[in-house]
Amino acid sequence: MQLEQMYQEIILDHYKRPHGKGLAESFNAEVNHVNPTCGDEITLRVTRDPADDQKLLISYENQGCSISQASASILFDQLNDQTLQIGEQAVDHLVAMLQRVEEPNEDVLGDGIALVGVAQYPARVKCALLAWMAWKDAAIQALGNEVSTEGEK
Amino acid sequence: MSVLDVVAIRKDFPILARTVRDGKKLIYLDSGATSQKPASVLDAERNFYETHNAAVHRGAHQLAEEATVAFENARANIAGFIGAQTNDVVFTKNATESLNLVAYSFLNATLKSLRGAPLPAGAERFVLKDGDEIVVTEMEHHSNLVPWQELCAKTGAVLKWIGLTDDGRLNYADLATVITARTKVVSFTHQSNLLGTINEVARVRDAARAVGAIVVLDACQSIPHMSVSVTELDVDFIAWSGHKMLGPMGIGCLWGRKELLASMPPFISGGSMIETVTMETSTYAAAPQRFEAGVPMAAQAVALSAAVDYLQNIGIDKVEAHEHELTMATIAALREIDGVRIIGPTDANDRGSAVSFVVDGIHPHDVGQVLDSLGIAVRVGHHCAWPVCRRYKVPATTRATFYIYNDLSDVQALAAGIKQAQEFFGSN
Repeated sequence: MQLEQMYQEIILDHYKRPHGKGLAESFNAEVNHVNPTCGDEITLRVTRDPADDQKLLISYENQGCSISQASASILFDQLNDQTLQIGEQAVDHLVAMLQRVEEPNEDVLGDGIALVGVAQYPARVKCALLAWMAWKDAAIQALGNEVSTEGEK
Repeated sequence: MSVLDVVAIRKDFPILARTVRDGKKLIYLDSGATSQKPASVLDAERNFYETHNAAVHRGAHQLAEEATVAFENARANIAGFIGAQTNDVVFTKNATESLNLVAYSFLNATLKSLRGAPLPAGAERFVLKDGDEIVVTEMEHHSNLVPWQELCAKTGAVLKWIGLTDDGRLNYADLATVITARTKVVSFTHQSNLLGTINEVARVRDAARAVGAIVVLDACQSIPHMSVSVTELDVDFIAWSGHKMLGPMGIGCLWGRKELLASMPPFISGGSMIETVTMETSTYAAAPQRFEAGVPMAAQAVALSAAVDYLQNIGIDKVEAHEHELTMATIAALREIDGVRIIGPTDANDRGSAVSFVVDGIHPHDVGQVLDSLGIAVRVGHHCAWPVCRRYKVPATTRATFYIYNDLSDVQALAAGIKQAQEFFGSN
């Protein structure tokens, strides 16, 4: 059944028990991305790792459907404390996979390869990409920003 | 036993014969977004192109004459459907454009007045000053909210709104405080596209009239489903779309009170809306042509007229009674399911056929996806009425809307589908 191809067990697991949810107090960049057709939202913060400032720590809060929630949790697993370069490769591959121009590559996406079923439903592709596009936006900003702390902004 | 012969009606809609998602019967519960079209409407559009096609209101050849007659006859038939005079109905692209036409009349009158440019007699009713007020409600579709926000941003007018009660009705107590001597327009929906609430038009209209405000009604969700009469409603403008009432996409309507249409400056300008043109300036045709620049959508007008015929053959009162039965059956069925909450009125009074709901623990997108896998087409999201979702503290809803081709088996399928979604996501 097609439905189970999209909602693989691994997706439902991430949805029910998301990884890394909750916002860090200090951050170099914060973005808020929405999916205006359905109201899915994510606030995502990126903080440069004090031990290696080319590596980027992720924190987020979000609301939305299982696909958008699971996708954010997978993003955290894959890209937390990674560099912009590694993250951009993953985002590019996720987009290509959802456009069905690249075969899923677990080395690049980890559990994210389970999102491949979403490609059958064009209306849901935005849900799967929301967190990753938010990360890309925040990551680029974070590398050019000084740290700010909640309340001081 | 339904008041309509749904089996016979379904045969008139070619699309209902197709299957979706691996051979499933299509159960279309999204007519609030757009209705399906009967063969007679599709035939009317095709027939126009095959036998009468020409640009209307220009040219003196036979086809141009026939096309013009077909177009104007369509206008008369569509106007007659709501008890309006023919030339008080303006054709637009859709209801959104109809509402923008009114909003832009205020903007254009205001701008021209500031520069001392010529305006039609009576246009001062459309001239806004800093601090003038525009009133909407919290249950508006974005199409009856955003154009007024834009108008306020450009003119210095202030947007105010009538709030909602916890059970999904307008908070009529707000009328006394929100509508003031500074109110110039009150624009509100006849029936909420998300909540299904049918508003008491007379109550809002009377409060608006008492301060001399112009009254605009968004009738997108009412005209397709119930008897609507311009004389009974007694408002100043009514906007609606063709595609939600079995008609084609690409045509909407604006009915306006004759003296107001006459006093409005043009909105979109160009060919066919003029009276005389020189290199320096132009004068404008009377309504409705003043508001119909460019070659109009004649084939769509003819098809919309066929949709009116189709509804009249059934009888709009029967349409309303049929949908009411389905709506109340849906509300009853949803209330039986643990973890399902209806967003909107659950009583039978003034209740239209849009039923929105949330399922605990399952996002509407996911509910919709499971329903879709069963062949059931519903709408999910904020339904272009995001403030309503905020008001009821839900990120989005799942919405079922009904029309003449739905029956009680569709309601049962919906309820069963929701239970299946709960099973799938293990939420209940």
